[in-house]
Amino acid sequence: MKQKFWLGLLVVLLIAAGPHAQESATAAPDSGASPLVKPPGEVIASDTPNDAGGSITIKWERSPDDIAGVAGFGGYNILRGTSPDGPFESIGETSGGGDPDDPMHKTYLDNNTTDGVAYYYAIDSKLNGTMARAITATAIVSKQQWFNFGLVNMLIATVFLISAILYFISSAKSGKKLYIRKIAGLEAVDEAVGRATEMGKKIFYIPGTQDMDNVQTIAGLTILGRVARLTAQYEARIDVPVSRSLVMVTAREVVKEAYLKAGRPDSYTDDMVYYLTDDQFGYAAGIDGMIVRQKPATIFYQGAFYAEALLLAETGNSIGAIQIAGTAMPSQLPFFVAACDYTLIGEELFAASAYLSHEPRLLGSLKGQDWGKAAIILALLLGFLIQVSGLFDFASLFSVAGG
Amino acid sequence: MKREIPLLIAGIVGCVLVIQYFIPHTPFGTLNDVFSDWFSIIQATAIWLGALNLIKVAGDKVYKKQKDWPFSLIIIISFFIMVVVGFFFSGGRRFLEPGTPFSQLYDYVYSPLMAMMFALLAFFVGSASYRAFRARNKEATILLLAAFFVMLGRVPLGDALTGWLPQSLHMSNVASWIMNVPHLAGQRAIMIGIALGTVSTSLRLILGIERSYLGGE
Repeated sequence: MKQKFWLGLLVVLLIAAGPHAQESATAAPDSGASPLVKPPGEVIASDTPNDAGGSITIKWERSPDDIAGVAGFGGYNILRGTSPDGPFESIGETSGGGDPDDPMHKTYLDNNTTDGVAYYYAIDSKLNGTMARAITATAIVSKQQWFNFGLVNMLIATVFLISAILYFISSAKSGKKLYIRKIAGLEAVDEAVGRATEMGKKIFYIPGTQDMDNVQTIAGLTILGRVARLTAQYEARIDVPVSRSLVMVTAREVVKEAYLKAGRPDSYTDDMVYYLTDDQFGYAAGIDGMIVRQKPATIFYQGAFYAEALLLAETGNSIGAIQIAGTAMPSQLPFFVAACDYTLIGEELFAASAYLSHEPRLLGSLKGQDWGKAAIILALLLGFLIQVSGLFDFASLFSVAGG
Repeated sequence: MKREIPLLIAGIVGCVLVIQYFIPHTPFGTLNDVFSDWFSIIQATAIWLGALNLIKVAGDKVYKKQKDWPFSLIIIISFFIMVVVGFFFSGGRRFLEPGTPFSQLYDYVYSPLMAMMFALLAFFVGSASYRAFRARNKEATILLLAAFFVMLGRVPLGDALTGWLPQSLHMSNVASWIMNVPHLAGQRAIMIGIALGTVSTSLRLILGIERSYLGGE
């Protein structure tokens, strides 16, 4: 009798539970099985802007449990599928909490999409082992963009600067006289080479530790041309130890041409430019050794330098050599200023070629550069006034995305 | 032609690299990486030029017994030890793995030597600072004072000495202000100049106006 009662109760319960279980599964295909955690709000996926494709940005409203800071909230699982009905594969997870600039939403970047394929995204919120799901309403396709609109401000600045430079180059070509201020470090080049000649000692020229893909190295080699020509005229001896093979090849061409132009091609030998090592401190050790043993009268440091800058310049200073440095590495400039007689600071290194050659087209480019500086000073003043007055966020005009 | 072709290559590559910065679409978006790979390949190939030149110059010195020739002999011996050990006694392609003779030479000879050179910097900073911070004129005195405050603000003693002053005058805060306001402003001015100089130089190279690096004016 008792057994029959329990069996009957079981049947009744099964009949009662059956339709409810089926209803839950069909009515909420986009939510996890448990009602214990609330699902995220609307999920929006969009093609990531200004990129080379292969990326979709997913943004969703945070789960109310996440917003309320319910204890045990375990963040979100991000899943991807090619149909709204699934199957979905997990592509990542993220913790709770909102984006700094949008506290009610979370964002996730799927950087592993195939362009042209339509994707649906599901977000599972998690709480104590239970999950609730929300799915994107429409499919989204990633694609490549033809222009990075996050760089419009950069494009405008570049066009302005290039136009100014080109204008002044053409104006200089037409014979207009351009003023260029005196640069003490470059004025001293003749004196430095002359001193070495009088003392019958060598000149060392160090073109930095970077390769030919660094614009500072190129700027350094343009100055080398001028120094080598003076050396040829004065019949002094120049040594150019380098740390990159490509710089060695280029520097040889520069020195050879300078000797040719000075009318002394016979004085040139390939051994004037030689390779030491690619290693930063090995290079510094090698040059320091030569400075101490050979005691050159003049040392030029022109190019890109890192920590070796002070190792070299202090050793040169200790033997009493006249030293002229030039670099665009802001962190090394103080060391050169402290240890060398003259230092070309930043832009002066790039201006050296124009300054030394007095070529109108090169001088014109310097004038264009000055207009760029004037525009930046104007923007700084305007920015200060606008930001202080609170008219709008002027600084945001200068933010760039990607690139 | 010897000069025109390099100028043409520099101009075309320069223009393409400027354009690709603004266009993420294929093929532009990948060009920067492609050119970087090409440069790496050329650079790796060219290392032989450097290595051969090193041996030639050092070999000449040893052969002719020129001044300081023993240093050149050390260069040659060191070079061949590394090459021979790396190629023949370090398990072929596994030569970089820990425990191989090559990696041991690297870890126990080469690295300490480099570290020693780097450590010398501390002494050179001391001697350079001594010269730079001498109060010879108004500017040098300001530099000296700024350096004094920054150095004192970076050690606990600074705050211990100024703890009785208002918070904003604690030495660490004074040091931070010097670094974040006058120092940063000056550094940014230099960096703006450098950026403009870089653009200007690059444009001169692209247009072929700047050709000193090819040996011309």
